[in-house]
Amino acid sequence: MSITNARVSELEELCRKFRVDVLTAIHGIQSGHPGGSLSVCEIMTLLMQERMNLQRPDDPARDRLVLSKGHAAPMLYRNLIEKGFLPADCMGSLRRIDSLLQGHPSVHTPGVEIPAGPLGLGLSAAQGMAIALRAQGHTSRVWAILGDGELDEGCIWEAAMSAPKFGLNNLCAIVDWNGVQLDGTNDEVMPLGDLAAKWAAFGWNVIECGGHDIAALDAAMDAAEAYVNGPSVILAKTVKGKGVSFMEGKAAWHGKAIDAESFAAAMKELGGAAE
Amino acid sequence: MKAIREVYGEALVELAKDNDKILVLDADLSGSTKSGMFGKAYPERFFNMGIAESNMVATAAGMASCGMIPFVNTFAVFLTTLGLISARGQVCYGNLNVKFGGAYCGMSDAFDGSTHHACEDIAVMRTLPNMRVLVPSDTASSKALTRVAAELEGPVYLRLSRDVYPDLYSEDEVFEPGKGKIVRDGTDVTVVACGILVHKALEAAEKLAEEGISVRVVDMLSIKPIDRELLVRCAEETGCIVSAEEHSIYGGLGSAVAEALADAGVPVPMQFVGIQDVFTESGPYAQLLAKYGIDAEGVAVAVRKALSKKK
Repeated sequence: MSITNARVSELEELCRKFRVDVLTAIHGIQSGHPGGSLSVCEIMTLLMQERMNLQRPDDPARDRLVLSKGHAAPMLYRNLIEKGFLPADCMGSLRRIDSLLQGHPSVHTPGVEIPAGPLGLGLSAAQGMAIALRAQGHTSRVWAILGDGELDEGCIWEAAMSAPKFGLNNLCAIVDWNGVQLDGTNDEVMPLGDLAAKWAAFGWNVIECGGHDIAALDAAMDAAEAYVNGPSVILAKTVKGKGVSFMEGKAAWHGKAIDAESFAAAMKELGGAAE
Repeated sequence: MKAIREVYGEALVELAKDNDKILVLDADLSGSTKSGMFGKAYPERFFNMGIAESNMVATAAGMASCGMIPFVNTFAVFLTTLGLISARGQVCYGNLNVKFGGAYCGMSDAFDGSTHHACEDIAVMRTLPNMRVLVPSDTASSKALTRVAAELEGPVYLRLSRDVYPDLYSEDEVFEPGKGKIVRDGTDVTVVACGILVHKALEAAEKLAEEGISVRVVDMLSIKPIDRELLVRCAEETGCIVSAEEHSIYGGLGSAVAEALADAGVPVPMQFVGIQDVFTESGPYAQLLAKYGIDAEGVAVAVRKALSKKK
């Protein structure tokens, strides 16, 4: 069943708010990763606020989300607040001392399924969850959000090889393919080549779509759920820093503190409150 | 008598009988680690991950996060290097219920040489918060500690030999995390050993008795948490300590013993038997142990030295 236009509009508005709150928190502590948090916004928000069976963080039958690109943690935290798993006012504590919101996801934060930070491990962990849930007889799904730079890691391709072996049709990887990593573009740092062909060659059902188009993402996720012969991967074309014109596509905004002037300009574009 | 790896393989099969949460993973060494025995008995709960240790440990982390009890298996040297990124960043940071079976510990994969010897694994695993480090020394303790590992909540590293060890304990002996055992009493010096070195220490104690030296031997089956109470008692009662392990003298059992005694305020003269910060070589196992001074003779030399420094 396809998502309604009205619901898409609601989610788009939620994404706008989330971008404001995430940038406000990153600006507040003068540390964090704006670029990748903004690019993953629609993917994560659609999953967590719309599609996933995620009523309680301790429900054994819940769907699982693994944020393998752990540096996008602020967007995960904002989504967890929206779910009611975290206190509504905790965003400002991001990266501060004694905070529930660590720089990268930690299981001390309610709703975080598994720690993430060292890149390349999330797809394997998601695979383990998919195996366990299947063994327990749950029909739950596991979604693993990967960065594109993260695909440089060998462990990703170890898991890419093993998940089809185990026939994990309850597993879907989503690549937040914004084309830019810390030191530059994918092509400058480590060319990824024909990603669709690579995943397909490893035995995955490959789906491509725009990663900021909620209706298109929703259709891609439907297609992933409908595929029963093994795991699916959605290659979602995104824009690093999406939503803030001067951050878009810029490696410099991967992990840069947001200065006052840039923050004010960003808030103006997103309709958020500057300090 | 069975090799420790076979005892472990059987113990896994036994465990799975009354616990359906037990899953077993291996990285294409199941014929060597003997996790393949489990694979044969419970094919649907066994996962051969191929030669991909990082993927194996990270997959186990995901399984554990969903309430399962996965045992990951490969040679100790690969598990604690290639598997370390997930062991640290996911399993220990998340305090996940993953059990690490470090096979072919020390130089027990003798002929394969230094690349296949694990002489740093205790040091590596001991520094990870939430990780427990257990080292069995015979058939009964291998079997029992495999069960202890499964029953403990959280990550456990089990250091397992390829080799056959003589029996020390009866089938009904009770083993607890955080507890060592006095396997021979003595009054002049305590040798705190683990794994195969417990047997070498007993051999040394026998010889030294002929020289009139009374050696106490402690089997430190739990290196983390370590049996601090027992160590303090031994330091006070015998006045000097020799640590003995099939591991680097840096960061392993000896370091753990010295840390505990220093912190408890009972420093005593101490000597460290182990690999002296070198890469080892290929050869017959017994000859290797002799070459690197981690046999009964090596322990005896260290005991005499420790005694000479005792006030």
